[in-house]
Amino acid sequence: MSILIGKETRLLVQGITGREGAFHTKQMIDYGTQVVAGVTPGKGGDWAFGSIPIFDTVSEAVHATGANTSVIFVPARFAADAILEAAEAGIDLVVCITEGIPVLDMVQVRAYLDTTHTRLIGPNCPGLITPGEAKVGIIPGHIMTRGNVGVVSRSGTLTYEVVYALTQRGIGQTTAVGIGGDPINGTSFLDVLQMFEEDPETEQVILIGEIGGTDEQKAAEYIASRMSKPVTAFIAGQTAPPGRRMGHAGAIISGGEGTAAEKIAALTRAGAKVARHPDEIADLVASHLR
Amino acid sequence: MNLHEYQSKRVFARYGIPVPSGEVATTPGEVRDIAVRLGGPVVVKSQVLVGGRGKAGGIKLARTPDEAEQRADEILGMKIKGLTVKKVLVDPAADIRKEIYLGAVLDRASRRIVLMASSEGGVDIEEVAAKTPEKIVKVAAHPFLGLRSHHARILADGIGLPKELINDFIKISQGLYQAFIHTDASLAEINPLVITGENKLLALDGKISVDDNALFRHPELAEMRDPDEEDPSEREAHRYGLSYIHLDGEIGCMVNGAGLAMATMDIVKFYGGEPANFLDIGGGAQSDKVAAALRIILSDSRVKAVLINIFGGITRCDEVARGVLEAIGTLDGRVPFVVRLVGTNEEEGRQILAEANLITATSLADAAQKAVAAAKGELR
Ligand SMILES: Nc1ncnc2c1ncn2[C@@H]1O[C@H](COP(=O)(O)OP(=O)(O)OP(=O)(O)O)[C@@H](O)[C@H]1O
Ligand SMILES: [Mg+2]
Repeated sequence: MSILIGKETRLLVQGITGREGAFHTKQMIDYGTQVVAGVTPGKGGDWAFGSIPIFDTVSEAVHATGANTSVIFVPARFAADAILEAAEAGIDLVVCITEGIPVLDMVQVRAYLDTTHTRLIGPNCPGLITPGEAKVGIIPGHIMTRGNVGVVSRSGTLTYEVVYALTQRGIGQTTAVGIGGDPINGTSFLDVLQMFEEDPETEQVILIGEIGGTDEQKAAEYIASRMSKPVTAFIAGQTAPPGRRMGHAGAIISGGEGTAAEKIAALTRAGAKVARHPDEIADLVASHLR
Repeated sequence: MNLHEYQSKRVFARYGIPVPSGEVATTPGEVRDIAVRLGGPVVVKSQVLVGGRGKAGGIKLARTPDEAEQRADEILGMKIKGLTVKKVLVDPAADIRKEIYLGAVLDRASRRIVLMASSEGGVDIEEVAAKTPEKIVKVAAHPFLGLRSHHARILADGIGLPKELINDFIKISQGLYQAFIHTDASLAEINPLVITGENKLLALDGKISVDDNALFRHPELAEMRDPDEEDPSEREAHRYGLSYIHLDGEIGCMVNGAGLAMATMDIVKFYGGEPANFLDIGGGAQSDKVAAALRIILSDSRVKAVLINIFGGITRCDEVARGVLEAIGTLDGRVPFVVRLVGTNEEEGRQILAEANLITATSLADAAQKAVAAAKGELR
């Protein structure tokens, strides 16, 4: 088992004819992912890579191909609509790679998604990968190896760094999920921890957080109260300087300032092992191996 | 991107929020003229993009035009939290009976726009929030339905606003919310919103922060950007699509990806160094981009060593290595470089760099320790 994606994933690529979309579609196919359709408005009827049908709309693509997962590579100004279109077409899992979506667009998108069964990963994320089965997004496949560690992260290259270190030591992964670094996203640390807790193949979890927000603190509550599997954590941004603040609202809204120190304290209290720097993560994970 | 007080108040005025009839000036003489035109006492207010101007001495009352000119002479050119005052706003002095706080902000935790109000507005609002959080009243706007009048009424009741002002307060709250939405703000704040001697509400201060990701649909706001908001090297970095923040340390860092860049700074500090900057070169690593990044890092004379940490995922290490090699050829060799390339084609990358006079590292910890030693002159 694994979480969210696997052999049963039937992937549709929104923005398949763009530079990024085309490049990564090729990579996903080469990895063995079942890419069943592409969507680019105005290019319906064409084919991508000789065998992947392109449609004008997501709903057409879903009807014709039975796609159940979509990955979005469209530019930021069109990305919110792309997510909504996928959700309205009944896609189960939407993975949005696009970076730079206006946050007020995401307020509306997320509120709408909460009324549907669609799960969003991202935006501004590297996507996810289940080694040996499927990759949805841009995580380089060759740095992964199949095993029993679940990985969830807010950042891209830092995740690659950590996964690569695991792979080099022969420690494999069930699924690696990049949830993205934006203030409002579709899936939280907490959501992914729950999935890993329920996944029989996952034996332990790595959580890679960052400064800002309270998502890591909420994850810590779950780790303390419900999680039976060991968690190793790292929080990036311990030395990041406080931004030059304008108004007072940021300081008076509840939930703290989202500093690394707050997050590290919460995770430590919850029983997670918190690495002091990324190179320590693999050591801590190894110490949990049976 | 942040708007100045005078810009924010102009936006607020368009949404029916009452603001003073002030004007902006850049010289003491202009301030005097404005004071004469306004008649009566005025307040001279520094326009810099940082909070707490009043406490820093950047806001002064003046009873006469002469006094206004004098105060302007003191304020113009002064430094507030590192920013030089180049403009002042001259507003008629208000007769203040009470200062209220009213702000709108995106609350990440609830994923809603939250309006907050307090009867204890003014320059000490953060202390009020810390010591007596019950004095801050909050209400969340609905993502589809917006801020309705009953939402605003909850705020008015919560802060004990006099009954006769409630309708005006509702209009102001809804105006603030509309201004927030229409400017794609992440913050819109009135502190203080005052009750005047004539029992009217008036917005004496205004702050709006606009979501940079949404500026493409607000060309009129983008034009208002004050270039002084960023330091010159940050502006230069922006032009090359680099994300750069200048800091005070001695180890320059060039990294791909924001999370890895932060983690690299953290580990430099862990081994006793101080990062000179945050720099994320993003995806790809064309030599012109690498060169621009290194030039910007080296323009800081405090930098004593540079740490290049690249994880090659889609980007190949040999490409990055060539970029680094080309870039270094165009720079003076005043400081040692520590380079760590990991991931796709790392072997090829290392071979390319072996010919150059660089310090190479394998692990992140190794790289950080070498950079710290190099900055101390213990390694070249
Ligand atoms: N036009 C005015 N008439 C009378 N008093 C004023 C006026 N403008 C400002 N003040 C006084 O000066 C104080 C500080 O002004 P203001 O809020 O504009 O600046 P600030 O210090 O930058 O605020 P903040 O701390 O919110 O950043 C106000 O709380 C108010 O008491
Ligand atoms: Mg103020």
